Amino acid sequence: MLSRRQFIAASAAFPALSYLSMTKVFAATPKNVLVVAQQLDNMTSLDPHESYEAVGSEICGNMYQQLVSPSFEDPNVVEPQVAESWSAGEDGKTFTFKIRKGLKFSSGGDLTAEDCAWSLQRCVALNKGPAFILTQFGWNAENVAEGIRATDAETLVLTTAEPTSIGFLLYCLSANVGSVVEKAVVSANAVDDDWGNGWLQKNSAGSGAFTLQVWRPSDAVTMQINPNGGYKGSLERVILRHIADPSAQLLTLQQGDVDIARNLTSEQIKTLQDDPNIVLLRKGQASLVHVTMNVGHEKLKNPKVWEAVKWALDYEGIQKNILSVTHEVHQAVVPKGLPGAYDENPFQKDSAKAKALLAEAGFPDGFSIDMDHYSAQPYPDIAQTVQANLAEIGIKVNLLAAENRQVLTKMRARQHQMILAAWGTDYFDPHANVDAFCINHDDSDDAPNKPFAWRSHFKDDAVMAMAIAARDEKDPQKRLDLYVELQKHLMHNSPYAIMMQPFTTVACRTGVEGMRLSAISSGHSYTEVTKS
Amino acid sequence: MSGRIKSLGALLGSVLATLFGLAIVTFMIGRVMPVDPVIAAVGDNAPEAVIQRTRIEMGLDQPIVVQFLRYLGDVVRGDFGNSILTRNPVTTDIAHYFPATMELATYALLLAVVIGVPLGIWAAVRQGSLTDQVIRIVCLAGHSVPVFVLALLALLVFYAWLGVAAGPGRQDILYQDMVPVVTGFLTIDTILAGDWGAFHDAVSHLVLPVSILSYFSMAYITRMTRAFMLEALHGEFIVAARAKGLSGARVVMGHAFPTVAVQLITVIALTYAGLLEGAVVTETVFAWPGLGQYLTISLMNADMNPVVGATLLIGLIYVVLNLLADFLYRVFDPRVK
Amino acid sequence: MLATFRNWALDEMPSSRRQAAWGRRYRTWLALRANPLAMIGLFIILTCVILSVLAPLLAPYDPAAQNLELRLARPSIDHLFGTDELGRDILSRILYGGRVTLGMVVTVVVLVAPLGLAVGCIAGYFGGWVDTLLMRVTDVFLAFPRLILALAFVAALRPGVESAILAIALTAWPPYARIARAETLTVRNADFIAACRLTGASPWRIVARHIAPMCIPSLTVRVTLDMSSIIITAASLGFLGMGAQPPSPEWGAMIATAKQYLLQQWWVAVAPCVAILLTSLAFNFLGDGLRDVLDPKHS
Repeated sequence: MLSRRQFIAASAAFPALSYLSMTKVFAATPKNVLVVAQQLDNMTSLDPHESYEAVGSEICGNMYQQLVSPSFEDPNVVEPQVAESWSAGEDGKTFTFKIRKGLKFSSGGDLTAEDCAWSLQRCVALNKGPAFILTQFGWNAENVAEGIRATDAETLVLTTAEPTSIGFLLYCLSANVGSVVEKAVVSANAVDDDWGNGWLQKNSAGSGAFTLQVWRPSDAVTMQINPNGGYKGSLERVILRHIADPSAQLLTLQQGDVDIARNLTSEQIKTLQDDPNIVLLRKGQASLVHVTMNVGHEKLKNPKVWEAVKWALDYEGIQKNILSVTHEVHQAVVPKGLPGAYDENPFQKDSAKAKALLAEAGFPDGFSIDMDHYSAQPYPDIAQTVQANLAEIGIKVNLLAAENRQVLTKMRARQHQMILAAWGTDYFDPHANVDAFCINHDDSDDAPNKPFAWRSHFKDDAVMAMAIAARDEKDPQKRLDLYVELQKHLMHNSPYAIMMQPFTTVACRTGVEGMRLSAISSGHSYTEVTKS
Repeated sequence: MSGRIKSLGALLGSVLATLFGLAIVTFMIGRVMPVDPVIAAVGDNAPEAVIQRTRIEMGLDQPIVVQFLRYLGDVVRGDFGNSILTRNPVTTDIAHYFPATMELATYALLLAVVIGVPLGIWAAVRQGSLTDQVIRIVCLAGHSVPVFVLALLALLVFYAWLGVAAGPGRQDILYQDMVPVVTGFLTIDTILAGDWGAFHDAVSHLVLPVSILSYFSMAYITRMTRAFMLEALHGEFIVAARAKGLSGARVVMGHAFPTVAVQLITVIALTYAGLLEGAVVTETVFAWPGLGQYLTISLMNADMNPVVGATLLIGLIYVVLNLLADFLYRVFDPRVK
Repeated sequence: MLATFRNWALDEMPSSRRQAAWGRRYRTWLALRANPLAMIGLFIILTCVILSVLAPLLAPYDPAAQNLELRLARPSIDHLFGTDELGRDILSRILYGGRVTLGMVVTVVVLVAPLGLAVGCIAGYFGGWVDTLLMRVTDVFLAFPRLILALAFVAALRPGVESAILAIALTAWPPYARIARAETLTVRNADFIAACRLTGASPWRIVARHIAPMCIPSLTVRVTLDMSSIIITAASLGFLGMGAQPPSPEWGAMIATAKQYLLQQWWVAVAPCVAILLTSLAFNFLGDGLRDVLDPKHS
């Protein structure tokens, strides 16, 4: 078989094939196309008001804009995007946004406040998975036309059910669910009363830097530059290629067939650190790796047991040896990089202390317990080390590996005992995680709400009160302080042994510059990428 | 005449019965799988109300018998449901992904037969010699090493180090969507469109996965060819032919091989069906957008419409190939009643 | 003593059924012994079995003992095959892994062969609707994508060695039924079967005592040849995280976890790969040798 270069050279000898020389492929990928190797098999939708998983959110983040967005430099600051300014009414329930003039959608249509209102109404009315981020403010399909209105072409008014902290509201609006879609185009493609959902799952109608050319599931996503958007570099297209195997991604990166590889493993990244052709970008992600204990299980009811487990784990050892490039130790429930994060890690491996605590709890000889975990790396490795750590204090762990979604199903059904899993943060505010981990109003099996805390039978009224108080606090600085207090308390009073926070590492070939990474996947941006 | 119709009817009946059995088993698997398909649809963080609503929308709250009957009703009308993950009708997805796998499996089988059968004959003729042993060891090795190991090593050696084969994927991005889809086989479609660049590109991407898959199945084909040839060569009429003074090659090819050819048909049919569903690992490593990958990802997410649809398709092909093999066997080999 | 046995077994005029049976077995063994590859295969298998049984005595380290400081170490005096991603000694894991892998394979065979034999013989002998029904069921399982059925089964039950065994067995039995049925069809019209019927033997007795034994040679051959594909299927299940659970040192699971280090720390995958390769080859050679020797169509 001919290599590409041999073939190009040979084709030059045949005039009929000379059109090939016009592509000038001596660099492996064309100058105006960015090719990215990424695992794309988890995607289910590119409708920004429906997409909930990381890769889909990231692509939506590049195709749509929101009213505001968190600053790349300082997570405590919110920057204007589609809205240029905003103000809160005195009752704390009315919020007025002034929409920037001159913004256009990819179709050429103008972006007005009506589009903004319609987009937010659409999200509430569709009520898909991530809609709770907006509906938690009291909007639903019946009252949304009143609660979210455009009073004129440049003014958007939001009215919440209860008085709300504006900081909290802004962060929620900065999530993908707050994306502004073009009303005219999307409603023209609506079928029955689906608000254009069927069409928007596979197409785009936004004002972001890119538009969607095609999505081939488990194969590729191609984005084109939005001529009316904010992209100013040399690219014309961005192609995301699904390559599931990290080793295969590495080989294509080294050969130059892709410009960026997104899913390399720790070992591969380590070898690339000395490679002059590759530049590594790294950013902490707002996601937590944790071991959670089901309080409903008779052996896991006692808080001393929780404490014992937390003192038995070898956080440093696991991080240094298994997860050295891909994770860092983080033990609080708000991930680093979000406002209100608490960065102290009080727990370290102390088997003696752990064993003593276990004895105090009534288990001097330990006990046997099952632990579920994802079968994808690095979870089996982490699980086996946790198993060894707990064996040292007498807890005999039986490991049960299963596919990601299988583990989640089991946990939702409250059938787990201990579980090693990961939790991704939905939006850029400390309440996103605190809500899920701390607020559980009804612990019965058919409760109307089943948050993350419910799955493990964790119901603590004191903790809940702290969480609600922090959510509603109006003074921004005081709010962040309340979250820090809550996390310190939670570390010693919850069945959550939070261990690690991952980094995402992106390997780029030299010459590819400008990719920006954020703590949340919807913020990863190709908007400033150039190839030299 | 009516006897013919009767037996044809019986044939059709048995095919349908097998397919029905497949459908039931697959459907049951979907129920038994401890994965909630709703999670794939709306995500793990979705609130309870959304989950309940989606469950009802997807018809999952009905008793399983009702769900199955509803599914059968749809199938009869040609509607195999939608995939939760791709949002497309299953028929569209399969029409898109299946040709990719079929292209891989077909070329792999051709290569395995073209190389494996002569090797098997050679080994049989030289039974016991060093050639025989070497052929057997080499072929068996291909079947005894996990496919992904071979695949990754092949990528490393032929793509990264030597640069003689193209990397993962079916086509280079330059040629994506450049050629109109007629059969779904890139090698054929590119020739039909007259695009030689794209043809070369498709072939260079096919080389490694086809070689890996054909090496994997060559073991079985070579071994069975050798076994059948040995049987045939020891048969009585061969002894008679040799007694008549016919030369070695003529005996082998003229008399022994035709018997073997018929028996090989079953083997080849089985191998083809095995290739179709066994290409999963190869497709994963080579980022080949085929049916195996589609089937596995859907199964892992309990997205059962694609799983049932794809299983029925593979099952149908298997049954048809088996029937064809049985038919040819009956026609050519009078020993079997 | 050996000489006396030999003479007794090879006696041209055996005076009892037992002597005739032993004579047949000894002759089979002699024929097998003449086949060098089959002997090599047998030798390798016996070595594997012995090493696995003696693993606790031979293994230098505890296969589950982690040493995070020394992970992915190259082969050295301390660790002849190196260490894996959690610092466990690979040689020890291979030795203990032999128990798991070989144990799995043997259990599958013990489950599958009798089931296939029974289904095939009954279907072939009784014919009619029994045959049609049993063959339909067999067809359904045969037509089913093998790995998918195994995956689904393992996913439904607790992941682990037991589920993997059940899952593989469910997908592996149909070919045996077909072989047994094919053999039964060729044999059932033979004279000696008719003679048995005339003497009043019940159909079950005929199937069990006369027909089934005729199928055993083909099944034995198929079993040994299938061993390698059972091992590979178990490895594929391990590849997808569905087989033996960590820290169990099953060879397939070891390769599966070594996959991500294949390009940099290749030795982690080499040892279990070679182990599987040798065992598969050994079973294949033995199977081929047995077929050459046992197949009544031959000698």
